[in-house]
Amino acid sequence: MSAPELPGGLDEDERLTLEAFADTIIPGECRYPGDRAIAGAAAGGGAVASGALDLLTSEEGGIAGVLPTLAAGLNDHARNLADKEGLVLEDGVPPFVALSFGDRSRLAAELTVPEHPEQELWVPLAMFSFMAWDTGAATHTIEALAAGHPGLTGMGFAPPGPDGLWRFPDFSYGRELATIHPHTTEYGDPA
Amino acid sequence: MSMDSTDVVVIGSGFGGAIPAYRLAAGGARVTVLERGPWLTAADFDHDFKFGGPATRAFEFTLGEGMNVLGGNCVGGGSVVYFAATPRAPGYTFERQGSLGRRMWPRAIDRTALDPYYDMVCESLPVTRQDWNDVTYAGGLFAAACDHAGRTANPVPAAIDRDLCTNCNWMMSGCRFDAKRSLLLNYLPAAVDHGATIRALHEVQRITRTEGGYRVHYNTVDEVDYRVVTGSGTIDCRLVVVAAGTVATPVILQRSEEDLGEMPYAVGRYFSGNGERLNTAVVDEGKVRELFGLSRPDGRAYEAYQIGKGPVTATWDKLDGSLPEFSRHSLEQLYFPPGFGTILAQVAGTDGPSSWFGVDKKEMLRRWQSWMTVFIMSEDDNEGVFGPPPETGNADRVSQQMLSRGTLSYRPTANTRAGWARADADVRDILERDGLATVMPWSDDVIGAYTVHPLASCRIGDDPGTSALDDRNELRGHPGIFVTDGSAVPGALTVNPALTISALAERAVPGIVEAARARGVPVRYVTEPPARRRSTSGFREPV
Repeated sequence: MSAPELPGGLDEDERLTLEAFADTIIPGECRYPGDRAIAGAAAGGGAVASGALDLLTSEEGGIAGVLPTLAAGLNDHARNLADKEGLVLEDGVPPFVALSFGDRSRLAAELTVPEHPEQELWVPLAMFSFMAWDTGAATHTIEALAAGHPGLTGMGFAPPGPDGLWRFPDFSYGRELATIHPHTTEYGDPA
Repeated sequence: MSMDSTDVVVIGSGFGGAIPAYRLAAGGARVTVLERGPWLTAADFDHDFKFGGPATRAFEFTLGEGMNVLGGNCVGGGSVVYFAATPRAPGYTFERQGSLGRRMWPRAIDRTALDPYYDMVCESLPVTRQDWNDVTYAGGLFAAACDHAGRTANPVPAAIDRDLCTNCNWMMSGCRFDAKRSLLLNYLPAAVDHGATIRALHEVQRITRTEGGYRVHYNTVDEVDYRVVTGSGTIDCRLVVVAAGTVATPVILQRSEEDLGEMPYAVGRYFSGNGERLNTAVVDEGKVRELFGLSRPDGRAYEAYQIGKGPVTATWDKLDGSLPEFSRHSLEQLYFPPGFGTILAQVAGTDGPSSWFGVDKKEMLRRWQSWMTVFIMSEDDNEGVFGPPPETGNADRVSQQMLSRGTLSYRPTANTRAGWARADADVRDILERDGLATVMPWSDDVIGAYTVHPLASCRIGDDPGTSALDDRNELRGHPGIFVTDGSAVPGALTVNPALTISALAERAVPGIVEAARARGVPVRYVTEPPARRRSTSGFREPV
């Protein structure tokens, strides 16, 4: 099985690099033997299987145009980390993809702290990766759930009714569970 | 380029704009409301997280330096996307001094003085007192935990029609069922019925002076890609009501300074995030049963984070005027949808390189239905300051919709931080007791602080040095410009501010009417509540 085709006008190295970053944010299982971008650090689909690249490259998101720059930046930082710590980066894949999952995670954490001068670049990339998993925002939510979206189903997000809307007729324990504040006004406000 | 004239231009259609728009139109004035967001009604409010859906169309998330603000961006403003929790502000908040060493609020305003205006808003929306049968599983569990910790807990008053509510918890994307009593069901349609015009996708840039009043300059923006300007125009008027929201009102005034002359020092200063902060708890389902004997009809103890209508219970024990300032807060149970509500939540006790992403975070997310979010509203130090205005709008837009980067900077003082730390400890004391849950505050490191209730960037007061508006909401030094949105509220309220913003806007109306009459506008002050609608269906922009 070959790597799935993904959109966005990115070249192969850029795509792999951004996938590896998304997989660092919400990790998932490998798609095929020898999958390098996905490290296989967690069971079930992660950000990549949840459509991270679709979301990142979406016209609505507004960051598609800077993705090649971000991919290049990630690889520069990976190379610097390897040089500094004497890590050997395997040939054949971009430097960020060649890092171990632990090293990728450490680097992503360093890039997203307030002290890092490029924090403004990396936080949005991380947030979009995150949202691919927990909102499935690249596709309509109903369709994502019907297709078994890894994030929404992994979170136990309840399915909608037949009309595509959510309703929860059972919603309350229906019991008085605390004493209200003694100074509550007749309208139920604080005094 | 379009050029028009009217009696009063209202900038913004949220609480601060809709209320004066209705009362002035009902009183006989010609009113035009300019709203930069789209005009949406219930049929548009799909249950959908997809980019480009209501979850991104109706919102603006404005990134700043150390402070990030989530607000409404549509006809009806915050009322369309908020959670409709509408408590009145406790009496002591009006006596607050902050770090000023003097009362922040004008002497003329305290809780007693504002109560008649609170009453008007409660009748108009309307607001409903909630009881225990309205309290959701999450709210009930929070109340039980409060009780177990020796605290009180209250169902929170809400502008929700309980007969129509389905507890779907999609209300941040607008209410599909018209159960949320947003401004689309009362003040705004009533304003239109009295002849007011609402123009959506009109983003005001600045105000200039004319011989007889003011000229309001706007751009029109594309309905899908808000970054695209599709046209521009002006409207001449006698009087301007600025209610563009706390993160836009000061920017419009800053940009107007070149023509109008110097703005009061407090325009774009003293911003408050209402002392807001969030904690996420992950609940032990077995403890819910063991400690409180709670269970749902299907046998589960809780696992109900997704079910409900935002915040329904709060503990108000620390809303105590005898406590020193910066140590008072309310804690409110809350739902926040995935995305906004999950990214900054931290994993308790992780030894990974990050507390907000990675393997452990994914495991935490797998227990999402056992989450509970607790919303802290405390007293901050009004430390937010706006930088010079961007070229257009209030911020540079990043995405087609929803995401922009503004000029607000906020460095929390020791007072603010100490208040947050006390409130965090309070949350832990309630929810970690006897192993009920593990609790962590949201990360401060990723984007800094955040608020859904921005306040005070153009505030009311008695002291010209520290307030932009006099006690009638008129902009100092610029007669005929009134500010009536959250930016006028002088400081954190320790509760949800929508009702106080609205009451303050109601209170400002008689003064605006008087100012309009002095400028030859034939208008009278109308006190009747707006006619209420049951449905937003048909409340549309005229073609």
